[in-house]
Amino acid sequence: MTATTPPPAPARTIRRHWTEHGLVFTLPFLVLYALFLVWPLLLGVRMSLSNEDVAGTRSEFIGLDNYAEALTDPDVWSSLWNTVWFTALSTVPLVVMGLVLALLAHHLRFVDWLWRMSWFAPFLLPSGVVCLLWLWVIYPSDFGFADQLLARFGLHPGIGWLTDTRYAMLSIVLTTVWWTVGFNFLLYLAALQAIPQHLYEAASLDGAGAWHRLRHITLPMLRRTTGVVVVLQLLASLKIFDQVYILTGGGPDESTRPILQYVYQAGFTSYRIGYASAVSYIFFALIVVVSLVQLRFSRRAREENGA
Amino acid sequence: MSTLTTAGTAAPARDDGAGGRRPRWTRGRVALLVCAALLAVLWLLPLAWAVATSLKPDDETTDTGLHWIGSRITFDAYRQVWESGDLPRWLFNTAYIASMTTVLTVLCTAMAAYGFTRCAFRGRKVLYGLVLAGIMVPPQVLIAPLFAEMVALDLVDTYWGVILPQVATPAMVFILVKFFDGVPRELEEAAYVDGAGRWRVFWRIVMPLSRPVLAAVAIFTFIQTWNNFLWPFLVTTDPNGMTLPVGLVNVQSSYGVRYAQVMASVVIGGLPLLVVFAFFQRQIVRGVAHTGMAGQ
Repeated sequence: MTATTPPPAPARTIRRHWTEHGLVFTLPFLVLYALFLVWPLLLGVRMSLSNEDVAGTRSEFIGLDNYAEALTDPDVWSSLWNTVWFTALSTVPLVVMGLVLALLAHHLRFVDWLWRMSWFAPFLLPSGVVCLLWLWVIYPSDFGFADQLLARFGLHPGIGWLTDTRYAMLSIVLTTVWWTVGFNFLLYLAALQAIPQHLYEAASLDGAGAWHRLRHITLPMLRRTTGVVVVLQLLASLKIFDQVYILTGGGPDESTRPILQYVYQAGFTSYRIGYASAVSYIFFALIVVVSLVQLRFSRRAREENGA
Repeated sequence: MSTLTTAGTAAPARDDGAGGRRPRWTRGRVALLVCAALLAVLWLLPLAWAVATSLKPDDETTDTGLHWIGSRITFDAYRQVWESGDLPRWLFNTAYIASMTTVLTVLCTAMAAYGFTRCAFRGRKVLYGLVLAGIMVPPQVLIAPLFAEMVALDLVDTYWGVILPQVATPAMVFILVKFFDGVPRELEEAAYVDGAGRWRVFWRIVMPLSRPVLAAVAIFTFIQTWNNFLWPFLVTTDPNGMTLPVGLVNVQSSYGVRYAQVMASVVIGGLPLLVVFAFFQRQIVRGVAHTGMAGQ
C-alpha cells in the first residue's frame, strides 16, 4: 500500500497538531537525560578542575592539579590495581562457570525450573542480602558454616576469609560468582537454544560423538556470545563497589578497596568532591576504552556474519 | 544481527527443549544430572543455611556442629525484625521507588524511541547520537557531580532524588529503537489514512504491538532499581527514607550478634523478588536475557 503520511519525510515544521512533531515524543526523555546525565557529566568536568568541597564553601579553578595529584596518588593506583585484579580474578570463573551451567541445563532438558531457581535466582537478590548471607557463611571463624563444613572433611584451616590479605579478595570473588553467575548462565542458555538443530542432526548422521559435537558445533557457534559475555562481565566487574564495601570495607589494609570506593571516600568522607570527580573521570576513561574495544568487536562480528 | 531479535524468540525456558522430544536417559546423561544436582545443592546451601539460622532460637545460632534445626523452630526473629518497623518501611520505599522508576522509564523511553524511529525533525540524528553516546557513561562515575546537583536541587533524602537519575537510561531507548525499527509500518499507515493522529497511533498500535519488549525493559528496570545500592545509599541519610538494600547494611550494626534476626532480615529482604520470580520465571528470564544482550 502507499503511505499517505510519509514518516520520516524531509523536515517539516509543526503541522496542525502538536503531536505531529517528533520532538514532542522525545522531549520527556531528553529533558531527564539532559538534567541527570549530560549536565552532571559536564558539571563533573568543571568540578574536577576546581578544589570544590561538598559544603560548597570554596571552589576555585585550579586547572589540572587534581588530575596531576590523582596520577601520583599511590591510593589511586592501588585502588585501580585492586579493581583490575578483581576483574581478572572474577571474569574467568564467571564466564566459564556460566557456560558450564548453561551446557548442563541445556543438555539435560529436565527440571529446567530447578536450575533456574538455584543458579539464576541469587542474581535477583540485593547486594546487602548476598553479603550478609556470605558474612554469616564464611566469617565467624569458630562456628561459621564454611569452616565447620571443611572441618567435617577433616580440614580445619581457620582461614581468615575476610581478614587475611591473601584470602579477602578471593572471598569477594567467591561471593560475586555465587551472586551473579546466573546472568551469564542465562545469556549462554539463550544462545544455546538459538543454535539451529539441523547442524546437530547432520553431525549425528556422520556419526559424530557428543564431544565432537560440542567442540566443532556448539563452541564455535557460541563464539560471539562469549565475546559479548566477556565484555559485559569486564564492565560489570570494573564497577565493583557493593560487595567490597559491605564485606570488608576495603580492608584488610585497603587490599580490596576498589576505585569506586576510593572515589566515594574522597568525595563523601573527605569532602573533596573536586578531587573525587577527577578520580572518577580517570576511571571513566578506563571504562570507555573497554567499551570501544567492545564496539569494534561487535562491528567486526556483524561484518563476519554478513549482517 | 542479534541473537534475540524479538522477545518472541529463544526463551531459555522450554521443558522439552528445541529438539522436541527429551533425550533418553543414557549413562552420560545421568552423569550430567549428578553434576548439575551437586552444583545446584552447592548454590542452594548458603540460602538454606540462612533460612535455618533464622528459625533457631537466638542463643543457639552460634552452636558449633552444623545443626540445621535448633531445639525448636521459632519465628521469633521474624516477629522481632518486623515489629521494629524498619523493614516494612524499607520494603514500601523500595517498592514505591522501583515501581515509579519503572513506569517512568518505560513511558519516557518508549516515547523517545517512537520519536526517533517514526518522526522526522531537525536534529534527530544528532540527538539520537547523543543518546547513544550516553550508553557508555556508567552512572557510577557521576556520583560526585550528581550528588552536588541533588544538593542544589534540594532533592537529597527525597523519593524523587532516588528516582529521577535512574530514569535517564539511554540503553533502554536503544533497545526500543531497534525493536521499533523492525516493526512493519502498514498498520500505522492504515491508521493515518483513517485520520488518526500520531498520539493515537502510538498508544493504540505501537504500544500494544511492542508489549513483549516493553515487558522486558520494565522487568529489567524494576530488578535493577529494586536492588540498586550505591545511589540510594548516597542520596538518603534518613533511615525512614532508605530502600531495602541500603537499610539492610545497617541491620548488621543494629542487631549486632543477634544472628537469627540478621538472617531473618536477609530472608525477608530477599523474598519479594524471589516470589515474583517463582511466578513469572519465563518472562523474567526472557526479559533479562533480551535486555542483557542488547546492543550486540
